Amino acid sequence: MTEVKANMAGNVWKIVVSEGDSVEADQDIVILESMKMEIPIATEEAGTVKELKVAEGDFVNEGDVLAVIE
Amino acid sequence: MSYVDELRNKIEEIEKGGHDKYHQKNEEKGKLFVRKRLELLFDEDIDIEDAFFANCVDPSLPSDGVVTGIGKINGQNVAVMANDSTVKAGSWGKRTVEKIIRIQETAENLEIPMLYLVDSAGARITDQIEMFPGRRGAGRIFHNQIKLSGRVPQVCLLFGPSAAGGAYIPAFCDIVVMVDGNASMYLGSPRMAEKVIGEKVSLEEMGGANMHCSVSGCGDVLVKTEEEAIDYARNYLAYFPANFRLKPNSVEPKEVKSFEKSITDLIPENQNAPFNMYDFINRIIDEDSFCEIKKKFAPELITGLARINGKSVGIIANQPRMKGGVLFPDSADKAAKFIQLCDAFNISLLFLMDVPGFMIGTKVERAGIIRHGAKMLASMSEATVPKISVVVRKAYGAGLYAMAGPAFEPDCCLALPTAQIAVMGPEAAVNAVYANKIAALPEEERPQFIKEKQDEYKNDIDIYRLASEMIIDAVVEPDKLRDELVSRYEVYESKNNTFTERKHGVYPV
Repeated sequence: MTEVKANMAGNVWKIVVSEGDSVEADQDIVILESMKMEIPIATEEAGTVKELKVAEGDFVNEGDVLAVIE
Repeated sequence: MSYVDELRNKIEEIEKGGHDKYHQKNEEKGKLFVRKRLELLFDEDIDIEDAFFANCVDPSLPSDGVVTGIGKINGQNVAVMANDSTVKAGSWGKRTVEKIIRIQETAENLEIPMLYLVDSAGARITDQIEMFPGRRGAGRIFHNQIKLSGRVPQVCLLFGPSAAGGAYIPAFCDIVVMVDGNASMYLGSPRMAEKVIGEKVSLEEMGGANMHCSVSGCGDVLVKTEEEAIDYARNYLAYFPANFRLKPNSVEPKEVKSFEKSITDLIPENQNAPFNMYDFINRIIDEDSFCEIKKKFAPELITGLARINGKSVGIIANQPRMKGGVLFPDSADKAAKFIQLCDAFNISLLFLMDVPGFMIGTKVERAGIIRHGAKMLASMSEATVPKISVVVRKAYGAGLYAMAGPAFEPDCCLALPTAQIAVMGPEAAVNAVYANKIAALPEEERPQFIKEKQDEYKNDIDIYRLASEMIIDAVVEPDKLRDELVSRYEVYESKNNTFTERKHGVYPV
């Protein structure tokens, strides 16, 4: 199990996978919006998206868990 | 037994290092014997070795646990000290310390690079009066390192622990290569941490190679094996001269690697959309010439050595693929050290800008982002080597300054047609200036108004307007950037400036 975490503070702009999707390593899971920039957040490991912990529009802090990959 | 036989026997015994069981223990961990490491490191083998017989009256301490001497790397003489972890875990006694001090003095006299192959448990407590506090105690090693810093390249290959005071050897090197799983750096061991402050933590978590190369920034390069570490060091040194008086050697120029996509294809039109800066770098440097430093640490900024037309260049590039390329305290520190490294050894600098600015918010302010950012500005500003900045896309706010913007005396500031220089981006600017007005408008009219104002703003900061005002020196076609850089670095080669006259600056640390 691996947790995909925000690497900086910002808003969740887009969630680009759904729960149950299978994903590859380095695939984008969530795109944050911070400092007016699109910040893609990828999973380090391949697996299945077990849980999405955030919704589009949510504010997240650095280190917050965005999704859980199993 | 003849005298010669006696000598030969002694040499043979000393060359073996410590007891067989320690050799075996090292082998189980994937660690090479110190003499094997040196054989791999040098073109041939160690040429000159001093104090080989140190402590030879005690057969349990061959060479007193450290090999010091000189050999050649890429044909260049380099001085080396290498701990022997089969001898009392590579710990430091009186003669160990004296040997290290002497080889440092030799490196200083000969003005040749100094390498530290570290694998040591630290001080021998039983010898402390002889090796710890005095004029030629261990403190002198660090004093010498500080004195050598910027005079000759200092490289640390960390193969094992580097504990307590010993951890300052890597700290004062230009670069620290760490072998994953075996290398570690810490002031107090996990056992000490548990006893003294009650913390329970593993060595790997507290001071392991991966942690130091990705979190603390005390390590620069994470490798899997000792052979890989040695190869890295040999390759790294090829970008450097032997000392600060010389220029780096050129090598046979190579063409750029060919790619399907050109630079123009690579850069997204939307300034806020990410792209991979490594792809950009690979399209302007000699094929396979990138030697990256601190890849895993603060990856929103890329730092590495490369060659352009066979000449060494230090590249500092924002990485929009990571954290939007925004500058953070760690990225600023990373840049500051790298710029100092290149400037010290006459390696030209290239800044590739795609930067939305420095990060804002409580977290970074509390971390002292202003203080860290100032270090980057100071190093960049002080660098007197040929210095070219290229505005690839956006260069907003203090990001423009930190990345060698026009005010900081780059030899030139070039722009690609995609460049956008401003205090802030159009979205933020319109919001800042017209926030009240936007709020007062009926909701359906807002998008139209915002768009109009953003377009006006974009016209105002149009890159040709900046070229017209001579703020930038040239607008360059993206796929002709390499040729432009080749010509310019050649022209700037005769540059020989002193930044200013004084004892030294007083900047934030």
